[in-house]
Amino acid sequence: MKMLSTSLHEFETAAELEKYIIENENVMVCGGRMGPMCIPVYDLMEELEEDRSNIKFAVMAFDSPEAGIIRNDPACRGFMGLPFTMYYKNGKVAHATSSIQNMQQVTTVLDEHFGA
Amino acid sequence: MTNEEIFDVIIVGGGPAGLSAGIYSSRAKLSTLILNEGAIGGQMVLTEEVANYPGVETTKGYLLANIMKNQAKSFGCKIKSNLKIKSYELEGEIKHVVLEDGREFSGRCVILSPGGRPRPVGIPGEEEFKGIGISYCATCDGDFFTGKEVIVVGGGNSALEEAVALTQYAEKVTIVHQFDHFQAFQHAIDQAQENPKIEFIMESELRSFKGDGVLQEVTMEHLPTGKMSSMKIDGVFIFIGYIPNTGDLDGIVKLNERGEIVVDESMQTSLPGIFAAGDSNVKKYRQVTTAVADGTIASLAAAEYLRS
Repeated sequence: MKMLSTSLHEFETAAELEKYIIENENVMVCGGRMGPMCIPVYDLMEELEEDRSNIKFAVMAFDSPEAGIIRNDPACRGFMGLPFTMYYKNGKVAHATSSIQNMQQVTTVLDEHFGA
Repeated sequence: MTNEEIFDVIIVGGGPAGLSAGIYSSRAKLSTLILNEGAIGGQMVLTEEVANYPGVETTKGYLLANIMKNQAKSFGCKIKSNLKIKSYELEGEIKHVVLEDGREFSGRCVILSPGGRPRPVGIPGEEEFKGIGISYCATCDGDFFTGKEVIVVGGGNSALEEAVALTQYAEKVTIVHQFDHFQAFQHAIDQAQENPKIEFIMESELRSFKGDGVLQEVTMEHLPTGKMSSMKIDGVFIFIGYIPNTGDLDGIVKLNERGEIVVDESMQTSLPGIFAAGDSNVKKYRQVTTAVADGTIASLAAAEYLRS
């Protein structure tokens, strides 16, 4: 069952996420809740989705047991702020951030890892 | 890249003030565009619970923002968000707003409602440890600190209320405040002082954040004596007010010494045809309701300006 009210693709299982990042070269996944630090990130992902066809954008409910694939990723060690945002390149974690990020911060990561 | 359409009203900012102005202007059949640098809803989105907005039972800030956004769009208001404004040309009959990506929008009048943002402490380590020990939202991140010790910085209503909320998770909450008294309402002070998990360090300010990968320690100064000390800590939550997003308006419209926009009772700024509304204005009380009222007044005044 989908938990997040966004227009972005939402993973409900870890297996689905794993399959997706293997099938797609560049993937940004935001693991969060419908809360004040997460919604702005979903909003900007929805806007970026229209312009960045080389990247797949998706979300995953942070509190889902299946989201352990994000919560327990070594790249998120020490993270203590929602959302946990993951950037996957060819199936592997290229970058991860904790807490709210603005458009400039996100596009900087996208440009660096996925190309402008 | 100039957009050829000349809007009747361009609204800068999509918080409750800007959205209210958008609702009123578009419903008055004025062609209206909202340009918003962040996420729609402004600081209202950061509010976990809105319990005192008349006519609406307790709700979440983002839900109220979403309703306002849809209401504005239903009347034909256009909204563009997550953009960056490069410059303003606000003198003359037609005003121009230029974006960093080169797009330019023109309007017959402009309502400025850029809002504010959480005030950072502004000391070494703050950006480094954001999200790995430093937070600006207790309701978002409180559960990461279950059984841990945290500091809350600030002495207003937000600081004290969030400190009490954090005791649901944290083993101990220490409030660090620069003065010897709090600015919060008495009921918030009472709640904090009666909570056995909360301790207070008064007349002190943090001076640095330290850690190896995650936040582990802060240094602080006791202001009356200048004595420095350090404290092992798992997390720091910062609630020391807001600063207006008016840096790029300096020298264009009149601002006060705190960078807030000076307006008259019609929300008219120092420039003809340029109005301002919301938390970025000079004002004493900053609430969703006062922002909505400002936006309404600014929109009505803008309509009158256009008629004249």
